[in-house]
Amino acid sequence: MPDIDVKVQATPRSRKDFVSDQAVRWCPGCGDYAILANMQKAFAQMDTPKEKFLSVSGIGCSSRITYYIDTFGIHSVHGRALAVATGAKLADPELNVWVFTGDGDSMAIGGNHFIHACRRNININVVIFNNKIYGMTKGQSSPTTPPGVKTKTAGDGSYENPFNIGEMAIASGATFYARVPDNDHKLLEHVMMEAYRHEGVSVIEVLQNCVIFTDGIHDLITGKDTKDDNQVLLEHGKPMIFGKEQKMGFKIDGFRIKEVPYDVNDPDFLVHDASVKDSTMHLALAKLELPEYPVAVGIIRNAQKQTFDQIVHQRIEDAMSRSETPTLQDLFRQGNTWELA
Amino acid sequence: MSSKSILTPEMQKVVIRFSGDSGDGMQLTGDMFSQSSGQAGFDLTTTPDFPAEIRAPQGSVGGVSSFQIQIGGTEIYTPGDQVDVLVVMNPAALKANIGYLKPGGTIIADADSFNPRNLKKADYEENPLDDGTLEEYYIIRAPATSLTKEALKDLGLDTAAQVRSKNMFALGMVTFIFSQPLSRLVKFIEKKFAKKPALIEANVRALEAGFNFGYSIEATSTTVHIPPAKLPQGTYRNIDGNTAIAWGFLAAAERAGRKLSLCSYPITPASEILHELSARNDMGAIVFQAEDEIAAVCAAIGASFVGNLSITTTSGPGLSLKSEAMGLALISEIPLVIVDVQRAGPSTGLPTKTEQSDLNQALYGRHGDAPLVVLAASSPDDCFHLAYQAAKIAMEHMTPVILLSDTYLASGTSPWRIPDLTELPPITVPKFEGPPDQWESFMRDEEYLNRYWMHPGDAGFEHRIGGLEKKEGSGNLTYDPLNHERMTQLRAEKVQRVAGKLPDQQVYGADSGELLIVGWGSTHGSIHTALDELMQDGEKGVGFAHFNYINPLPSNTAEVFSRFKKILVCELNNGQFAGYLRTRFPQFTFGQYNKIQGQPFFASEIKAQIINALTE
Repeated sequence: MPDIDVKVQATPRSRKDFVSDQAVRWCPGCGDYAILANMQKAFAQMDTPKEKFLSVSGIGCSSRITYYIDTFGIHSVHGRALAVATGAKLADPELNVWVFTGDGDSMAIGGNHFIHACRRNININVVIFNNKIYGMTKGQSSPTTPPGVKTKTAGDGSYENPFNIGEMAIASGATFYARVPDNDHKLLEHVMMEAYRHEGVSVIEVLQNCVIFTDGIHDLITGKDTKDDNQVLLEHGKPMIFGKEQKMGFKIDGFRIKEVPYDVNDPDFLVHDASVKDSTMHLALAKLELPEYPVAVGIIRNAQKQTFDQIVHQRIEDAMSRSETPTLQDLFRQGNTWELA
Repeated sequence: MSSKSILTPEMQKVVIRFSGDSGDGMQLTGDMFSQSSGQAGFDLTTTPDFPAEIRAPQGSVGGVSSFQIQIGGTEIYTPGDQVDVLVVMNPAALKANIGYLKPGGTIIADADSFNPRNLKKADYEENPLDDGTLEEYYIIRAPATSLTKEALKDLGLDTAAQVRSKNMFALGMVTFIFSQPLSRLVKFIEKKFAKKPALIEANVRALEAGFNFGYSIEATSTTVHIPPAKLPQGTYRNIDGNTAIAWGFLAAAERAGRKLSLCSYPITPASEILHELSARNDMGAIVFQAEDEIAAVCAAIGASFVGNLSITTTSGPGLSLKSEAMGLALISEIPLVIVDVQRAGPSTGLPTKTEQSDLNQALYGRHGDAPLVVLAASSPDDCFHLAYQAAKIAMEHMTPVILLSDTYLASGTSPWRIPDLTELPPITVPKFEGPPDQWESFMRDEEYLNRYWMHPGDAGFEHRIGGLEKKEGSGNLTYDPLNHERMTQLRAEKVQRVAGKLPDQQVYGADSGELLIVGWGSTHGSIHTALDELMQDGEKGVGFAHFNYINPLPSNTAEVFSRFKKILVCELNNGQFAGYLRTRFPQFTFGQYNKIQGQPFFASEIKAQIINALTE
């Protein structure tokens, strides 16, 4: 090994260092462009040597992103990016692994891998592009399509109960969950950096706009005129305030969260604690929905727990240190053997 | 005792079957007898036969567990068709196994357990040991339960614990009959129960009681003295197919200087590979028990892209689930070994029984034009070498490889000469040695067409792989029609060029002549034994070509076929290898002999087919 700290970068990196030579082919105006740009910017700030990044994706519009980021990357099978990433991270726990997936890829065909990645708390980052529709296959309902939205498979409006991605992630054991509108670039970059710093599985749900099939589906939450009333930005240690004049807040009322005018002197107003181990409140916050409540954005959960990859490699280290068969010849000759001359 | 035993002092080989209730410890008994026989210098092959249910009702025919072993002073390739000595610990074991016994064969029965209650559980109205129905056999009525209790009475064990040692009584008797010393078995017991001294004493006493019982009643008119076999010099151990596969991969990882990643989902009969390598985290193996078969193969693909020797293990139903991802590994051209320990299908089929019916799935079971390398192991010890070969080919040629084993190999054992690692062929991982700017992700080695295994950690070689078609050389995405055709042909040609590194197909027996018997995979032992017996009878015109390399086939395959007038393909399915050979070699006529009963071939069946084919 060369006698240098590989984490010290000789020259500061910029977004350009992570731009590949492939032409980006998303529809003009697609929310994916913002995710790509902010991801590249965030990568440039991370302490990982470039050759230790790994981008993994499944299938769908979102998943083309691996071709556009200049890192080692795998554009894998529909729904299976998390499984591929899990094998890779266990194979080399020093990798900085990012999974890019969509609402169909992660919640439908890949739902099983999603819940198990969350359960295991493997130290990888998952960015879910949630446009609430199957875009690449041209407009079928996805597991996150809201009831009533017209799709190719539900001409009179979607009629299935949708998943709430935050609820799925937190209930499955995710230790980091954040929700970000695709037009809030500052928050995107911030959340990506925090996910990188978080040890354990980090789920980032991006409310991403599909200009073709569900254009404006997040407008109430993300629109210039409506967002102040319809989103509440959660920041660890700060009171949960929202509204145009920042005059509304939350209290616990009986068994539920209640929206009430904020009073700075009232200690009963909810202050965000992203790091608390008990996920009950994080679940409740992830489930706040329009029109009754504003939608929570920002880092909803960011709790510490030993990661799957740490445990696996700790076990290997422990087992190796007490092994009765340190070499293959020891292994082959353990138990009953005999010599034939 | 009705008739005379067929055992003779000068027998060259003998088949023994231990059987009893699942709780009677028959697998351990059989395993101990195998170890002792191996140490005595015999060649041997074993096979277990136990119920699918983890806890079948005690004393029932469905709950019978058996272990068959053939030992000999000549080379032994199968656990034997028919049994010379049948040990039965209860009436159910007799009922389940009497059909395997040769006319005149010896039955050693625990007479104590043939009580009304157990007879009823096995649906016997009369005691078969007494009612004359077993007249054609030589019966030894051994009061194993009561004599074991008597021998152990002052050890302070409860009755259940005393009775549990009666399998050692039976083992002691068999050891006496086959003139083996007790010392090796005593050592085995001391090692196995090192942490429970009371059990050492109990088991040794029961063993000795059985041995002495055999001696004092002169159990058979004669004891049998099999001469040791002439096996190559070396250190040996018994090994089953699944352990051999696990160890083959450990050896390949070490020789290639790579870490080993195993990503699997539990499935019978492949799970023991997962178990063994899970325990081998003490040698650095990285094992991931995935949430499903698809996750398992995908995780292995991830580990492979990162640069580890990556394996996924399964059986037929799991192979079906993995097929989409195998296409990804194939078009991405990364090394991956998929082990399919076949069972009898389709669907859940006969999940604990053996068959060779996944061959078509291995060869063709993917969308698109998607050829990959397919290998098949011949015997439990051969599983080690084929696993090593599979890993070597996968890494050197940058291709997925399917290794076929089956239930028969997975649970059977054979003696294995422990190799020195330097005896194994070296594994050269293809790395690009020049600077990154002279490299492209899909540039190839000129001779073997493999691309280079550049992976995370190789600075400057950042690149993307994936399921979309790549441009030849650069690896850029392209829908260019001619490029797709070219890449499809290159992927096929790359697999065919593996043949350049394979050994020539060998023929056993006649080098040319009347009839060529063709086999593949686990049927090697039965066919080999059948032909040996025919050759001893003077047959000179029959050859035997046994295939371990299924795709690509060895380069001289057509030439081998051309040397015989007739070809008969024997396999445990409805004719899949025969069908494959017909598409490859339409100039030859392939006869078929198929058995699809969830059971291996008996050598006698093959022998009859050969005689039949010669006289047709």
